[in-house]
Formats: sequence, C-alpha cells, structure tokens
Amino acid sequence: MPIIMPRPKLKRKMFNPPEFKGYRIIGESSNEHPVVLNLEEYESIRLSDHLLLGQVKAAIEMEISRSTFARIYENARRKIALAFVEGRPIVFEGGKVYFDSSWYECKSCKCLFNHLEKQNPVGGCSLCGSKKIIIYNENSNNINR
Amino acid sequence: MRTVITSTGSTLDSKMDKRFGRCSFFVVYDSETGSVEFVPNENAESVEGAGVASARLVATKGAEKVVSGEFGNKVKNIFDSLGVRLIMIKEDKTIEQIIELLKNNKE
Repeated sequence: MPIIMPRPKLKRKMFNPPEFKGYRIIGESSNEHPVVLNLEEYESIRLSDHLLLGQVKAAIEMEISRSTFARIYENARRKIALAFVEGRPIVFEGGKVYFDSSWYECKSCKCLFNHLEKQNPVGGCSLCGSKKIIIYNENSNNINR
Repeated sequence: MRTVITSTGSTLDSKMDKRFGRCSFFVVYDSETGSVEFVPNENAESVEGAGVASARLVATKGAEKVVSGEFGNKVKNIFDSLGVRLIMIKEDKTIEQIIELLKNNKE
C-alpha cells in the first residue's frame, strides 16, 4: 500500500535567527520540558509585536499569505503563553544551536566533556573537577585516549 | 545538583551504558542529598526518537549534567539549548565509580 505523504512545506524566505538559544526560568522549576519556537514563529513575533507591522505587511515580509501568517503568529503567541503559565523554558529551534559547545579532555579521569558558555572560562573537569584538562582535538593521533 | 548517568543495570556495581538513547537504565544522582535513583528506560525499544525522548526525561529530572559513552547530534543540540553539560566516558566504569568522581568534584 503506498504511503501518503503530506504536501511539502513551501520554503520560507530566510531571515536572521535570534542571537541566543532561548529562555530558562529563574529559580526552581517543576517542568523542564521546553517549548520550542520555530524560526517562523519567532519571526512572526518580531515583525508583528516588535516592529509593529500589521498582519498584511508582515505576511508580505515573510512572503506568505496573510492567513498563513495569522496561523503562524497565533501558534507563536500560544506557545509563549504556555511557557509563561507552565513555567517552562523557551527554546528557539535552529538558532545558533548547532555544535556550539567546545569539548575538553580530562587527563585525570580520561573523560570528555563540553563547555557551553563560551564567555566564561572552563573551571575544571565536569566529572571529577580536576584542572588537568586540554582542548579535545578529534583529529589528534593520540591512541591512548 | 543532579546528574544523570546511563547504566546497564539497576545496581551501583552495574557498568555505565555506553549508549544514551537506548540505555537500559538512567541513574539520577543528587549531589546535595546523596540520593541515587534508578529509572528503567522505556525508550530502549522505540523504533526511532529514543535519543530525543531520553533527552526529555533528563530534562524533567532537572539534571545539569549527563554522563554516557556517546551522544547523537540531535541530542547534543537539545542539551546545548537546555544548558545541560555532557560527559563522555570511553572506558568501562561502574555507576559507583562515576558517583565517587562526582562526589569529590567541587565544581
């Protein structure tokens, strides 16, 4: 039996993604499951609520129909409201997310660990705390890893 | 601070499971209370999406670090977005040994 595929999504015009990955709540959280805002949803908020374009102008900017824009914008608003009310993190899909962290090797416990906040210096090994750490080079010829 | 470790079994002398998404058990270690919780992995048999589902479980446990043998790219991206730190161990270590290392860590 043939598999019925959904109609392929129209490729949207590419725009600048947000400069950061998202938001986490301050303090203790009972629900860490993030709400993911895709790039179109982010853009709809940017055009409508930040630049204060009307739906017609915003839809033209995004090269989509007004009704499509309305749908995307409504989804974005609902997701944000959900995150607010349920105290969940908001994450931007496809922002500067890919391969952002740098990896280190610990010479003490031999583990590999990543460092996320590029602006803060690496303290010690995430596992054992040792300061004997070096930048991990995937291409090195070190077979004693 | 909570750390999740992937495990092959449900006891402290079990070896760490090198797989993340399809590991047998997740161990949740809380460094403040010293508690150790073994959670069987329901995603192990999933046809697809085991990594993503497992990442979600880690997030709901509120872990700040995850220890395993390897992580897929989708999973790495998810954890990057959440600010969860990843640790990969290539040697055979037991859950007890890994917890010992974490205990002595002042970071």
